[in-house]
Amino acid sequence: MISYSGTCIIELNVNNEMKTVMIQPSFTLLEVLREQLSLTGAKPGCQNGDCGACTVLVDDWPVKSCLMLAAEAVGHRITTIEGLDHAPIQKAFVENWGFQCGYCTSGFLMVCHALSIHYPDADDYVIEQWLQSNLCRCTGYGEIKNAIKSILSQ
Amino acid sequence: MNSFDFDYYKPDTLEEAFKCFEKLDSEFKTVLYYSGGTEIISMARAESIKFHAVIDLKGIPECNNLELGDQNLVIGSAQTLTSISESNYFPLMSKTVSRIADHTIQGKITIGGNLAGTIIYREASLPLLITSCQARVMTQNGLQEIPFSQIFNGRLQLKKGEFLVQILVDRCDLQLPYIHVKKTKMDKIDYPLMTMAGRKKNGFIQAAVSGLGEFPIILPFDQLNNTSLAVEQRTTQIIAKLSKFIKSDILGSKGYREFVLNNILIQMYANLEEA
Repeated sequence: MISYSGTCIIELNVNNEMKTVMIQPSFTLLEVLREQLSLTGAKPGCQNGDCGACTVLVDDWPVKSCLMLAAEAVGHRITTIEGLDHAPIQKAFVENWGFQCGYCTSGFLMVCHALSIHYPDADDYVIEQWLQSNLCRCTGYGEIKNAIKSILSQ
Repeated sequence: MNSFDFDYYKPDTLEEAFKCFEKLDSEFKTVLYYSGGTEIISMARAESIKFHAVIDLKGIPECNNLELGDQNLVIGSAQTLTSISESNYFPLMSKTVSRIADHTIQGKITIGGNLAGTIIYREASLPLLITSCQARVMTQNGLQEIPFSQIFNGRLQLKKGEFLVQILVDRCDLQLPYIHVKKTKMDKIDYPLMTMAGRKKNGFIQAAVSGLGEFPIILPFDQLNNTSLAVEQRTTQIIAKLSKFIKSDILGSKGYREFVLNNILIQMYANLEEA
């Protein structure tokens, strides 16, 4: 049985590198990524699972890192926006004006990247279903949808 | 950021989990079983709950099972809503869980967590309330199989230390004609004003509703299937029968909920009567 009590040290696989971090079991993955690993791409928006600005990938599936304990992430592969290396969706967001202020963008990029991995032939229904996990208060979502569609059709 | 510290345990077996709970409880610690954890983390952050430790059930193989056997579909309590939905072994369940929260969170919420949670809707219970199914529960005497209807009364009714391990759904009940309707007040992603799951078996309709009152409820079978009456008369009878249960809150007044329920029932009859 794994058990963590008080201050303890765990190893996390983040962006294909093993990172040693000191945690309390109550720490969320978001806190550890930002405050211990200085990976600030995942944003602390609502911190209640509503906005999606903190979305990262865990084993290639999108997860709101404010709703995951760092302790739960042991043994899993975490990808943050910093780990996306010129992924097609990044260029597509630029070309399709898929962002304005940029606060939500990393979360949207992670969701869209995961969608392109799991459903390269996604239709409008599936795209909408996935995008509904994230909030953007600047764009009208249309540009973001265009961005993901542009890479799915390639 | 969680506002207080707690300990984290991730047992490998059912027995280990149960003993871990007993030990911590004997030390006068408040312990929660943890699976998806979305509700626990949200409530801890808001300081709506306090506890000393969580026992994460995701390391237990039986809780992670999702298998279609000759007799049953076995759904482990730590299966996420996404994996249940994507497997699509049980289309009514797939449809229901794919409308809980949003798509990303569905990858974290587990069926055990949804059934055991404190949020009143527990929509994953709806298909189970109208289906022949059993629950495997870890108890002091080991694993026990209990009809789901006996352990779910508004929410999971388990004794201290017990936890849900699996749900077994009769295979013959998986592919029946069904309807699922979810109505929200404003946005598609929201808690339900009302969610209904209905199905038809051997000519009879069964249906359950969440959001109508303080917990999910099965609609009265006799009134639902009183074919001697016109549909409009049946819906009137059903609403009258449930009148005391229907709540009024910021999402909708009692009168509005009655109006919406009436419309959903008419939609259900239109879909299922010819099925």
